[in-house]
Amino acid sequence: MTEKEALFEYLLRRADDSLILGHRLSEWCGHGPILEEDIALTNLALDLIGQSTEWFQYAAKVEDKERDENDLAFMRIEREYKNVLLVEQPNGDFGKTIIRQFLFDHFQNLLFQRLMESKDEQIAAIAAKSIKEVRYHLKHSSEWVIRLGDGTEESHDRVQDSLTDLSRFIDELFYQDEVDELLIKSGIACDTSEFQKEYRKNIQAVIDEATLSLPEKLWQLDGGRKGVHSEHLGFLLTELQYMQRAYPGMEW
Amino acid sequence: MTTTITAEDIWGILEDVKDPEVPVLTVVDLGVVREVNHIEDNQWQIIITPTYSGCPAMQVIEEDIIKRLKEEEIEANVKLVLSPAWTTDWISENGKKKLEEYGIAPPQDEVDKSVLFGAKTVVPCPLCKSKNTKMISQFGSTACKAHYQCIDCKEPFDYFKCLK
Repeated sequence: MTEKEALFEYLLRRADDSLILGHRLSEWCGHGPILEEDIALTNLALDLIGQSTEWFQYAAKVEDKERDENDLAFMRIEREYKNVLLVEQPNGDFGKTIIRQFLFDHFQNLLFQRLMESKDEQIAAIAAKSIKEVRYHLKHSSEWVIRLGDGTEESHDRVQDSLTDLSRFIDELFYQDEVDELLIKSGIACDTSEFQKEYRKNIQAVIDEATLSLPEKLWQLDGGRKGVHSEHLGFLLTELQYMQRAYPGMEW
Repeated sequence: MTTTITAEDIWGILEDVKDPEVPVLTVVDLGVVREVNHIEDNQWQIIITPTYSGCPAMQVIEEDIIKRLKEEEIEANVKLVLSPAWTTDWISENGKKKLEEYGIAPPQDEVDKSVLFGAKTVVPCPLCKSKNTKMISQFGSTACKAHYQCIDCKEPFDYFKCLK
């Protein structure tokens, strides 16, 4: 694997995480539990899709095969998407969406803090810009975890179930392989194992205050970074890609 | 007869390009225009930076810049750069005043976001100027705004969020 190939893969992973999560959040449009949260979730979606656009534009430039950000976002098939499994999980109820967001926001925050120091200028630029928005996401999801966890008996039970369920996808956030190894060597990527302890400490602090608990030793799932996804991604892509597949080459 | 146009002239012309969402602000007020570079003859390069990653107004701003300069027979190519990242610190003082007059509370220096349920940023009401206001939602009508209500005059208003 050349550095260029590794960089392209690395950028797809970043772009796909944001695109797929952004898409999931956009599904809440018009269905939020209250107006303010409908707007909040779609605002988050917009931020994430904007970030994914930046990652895709850079990936297209690196690939240098005449594909642009739209081709990459909408015209690949499931095994070519490299997002983690967490972000493709269905929204479930509001609490599940919040838990998913909470687990991902804390990761993105720590990841972007380090990517701001990347030797790759464009990666550093995207990280520096995105982290300003991620800080708002983080506050929003963390505060909701506390409100729902330390809420009514029903809200507590529901988010506890969601946390137990989605905790199976935490380890994959820190998955690294030859793509990362190559780029860590040249100072382009960061070693996620370096902030794994900090991540666990940060989420645990919020989980404790929310009177929730993180189950120990649950079987962890992965495969997303290699394009091996849960069945959910197929259904997600049929919606995401519908317009581009039905009307190839369409433009607004 | 040809007149030599300067970068200063271009900056002046760009003051005619308004933000599509908040038309009292110019793209210069917003700090979105970063550089004006002469290429050759009547060709100029305008460097802009996006506010929020997903801001849909950036495309319109790009087109409006090209259109406005074309009216002065200037060929402009607009380049988007991400670094250094845009911050609300770049909104001019005049821009902040115009925001308030328009009814949008301008960005305030905010308290540490990492403190959950921490002290709230005090945002004065742009209408009655009272400091007795409350946040309805951290996320408002656009990516850059939050939704507030004044407890004294009861009016709702948008707050242009501090981004640093």
